[in-house]
Amino acid sequence: MIPASFDYVRAESVDEAIGLLSEHGDDAKLLAGGHSLLPLMKLRLAQPAMLIDIGHLRELSYVKEEKGYVCVGALTRHHDLANSLVARASAPVLAHVAGQIGDPQVRHRGTIGGSIAHGDPASDLPAALLALGGSLVVQGPNGIREIDANDFFLSFFEVALTPEEVLIEVRVPRSEGQWGFEKLTKRAMDWAIVGALAVRTSNGVGVALINMGPVPMHARAVEAALASGANASDAAQHAAEGTEPSADFNGSVAYRRHVAKVLVGRALKTAGV
Amino acid sequence: MKVAMTVNGTLESHDVEARTLLVDYLRNVVGLTGTNIGCDTTSCGACTVLLNGQSVKSCTVLAAQAAGDDITTIEGLALEDGRLNPVQQAFQECHGLQCGYCTPGMVMAITSLLTENPHPTEEDVRVGLEGNLCRCTGYHNIVASALAASGVVEMHQ
Repeated sequence: MIPASFDYVRAESVDEAIGLLSEHGDDAKLLAGGHSLLPLMKLRLAQPAMLIDIGHLRELSYVKEEKGYVCVGALTRHHDLANSLVARASAPVLAHVAGQIGDPQVRHRGTIGGSIAHGDPASDLPAALLALGGSLVVQGPNGIREIDANDFFLSFFEVALTPEEVLIEVRVPRSEGQWGFEKLTKRAMDWAIVGALAVRTSNGVGVALINMGPVPMHARAVEAALASGANASDAAQHAAEGTEPSADFNGSVAYRRHVAKVLVGRALKTAGV
Repeated sequence: MKVAMTVNGTLESHDVEARTLLVDYLRNVVGLTGTNIGCDTTSCGACTVLLNGQSVKSCTVLAAQAAGDDITTIEGLALEDGRLNPVQQAFQECHGLQCGYCTPGMVMAITSLLTENPHPTEEDVRVGLEGNLCRCTGYHNIVASALAASGVVEMHQ
């Protein structure tokens, strides 16, 4: 499978990428590691006229701690995040989740920014971002703005980036609390059929679901039940409330709703809730 | 567009279409057909090569993305005098293949794994090979090959 023809340009800076996006509009797509976009292009589900390759901007590859936040450059590859000593110490759940994506080859290429900007509800990192209460730093022609993760995922594969903006950094509050991450797959490297993540934070227990609707989402009903004193197994029974999973050859809607409760229960248990 | 990269220590420079995948570049332009195409969907790992020393699936990398990088394929592992690299040698000694189709990708994935973790446990190897599928062997002798090679891999590029 070979993608449809396109023009390729390698941006040497974020400013250059923003300029190219402003010039070419919807015809252009940013290319980071390419592990979400290139498969779609090979299937001709995406046919951008231009790829702006930002994958070589090393200044956007870092993990650092700043004022109580773990800040991850958008072009940090999953392998590097999983092995980052800063992430492992100050946001271990984020490092763990990054280390569970795909397989080693995928983690050597895929980036946190590419994964999150893609907005795939079946991807793992958005769940960590939501459960931890993170935010996204984006840069556009008018400067830099920060978007709360709760406001970022708008609809199926649609996020709150304008066509000229570049996601430059992912931030999560420092969180050393216990956590649990559960992912049901048929093959080890697959996307989650259903996934669940629970983490104890300073604001209570954050719980997020993978592949249970058109967007990455909190398990709001579980979080609310825990906040009002429910125990873990009772709270987990609320896991499917407010979700809209789709049916496919991996499972029906009813199956996914059942699995969500099971996985949330396990994740809460591992998190010591 | 002009694409230049180092492949197995040799600088290659060619005019290709921007949409050329790295695996097609290696096989059809450079002429190194040891790297196989299996699923062509980032699943099977048959097309695994090293990009700056790390395993990648070359069906999901554009040749243009790899411009300026250092690529190693299965053809680049053996020494010039023909001696196999330790992973290749271990596959031979442990009978790590049957049909051989997944083998180039397996060898490259294991070479990368052992570079990152020179003394893996069996569990480390099995998890580390989750991106490579074999339909013949049941993986047992592939894992045995990786363990046999562990600790003796020295990259010579």
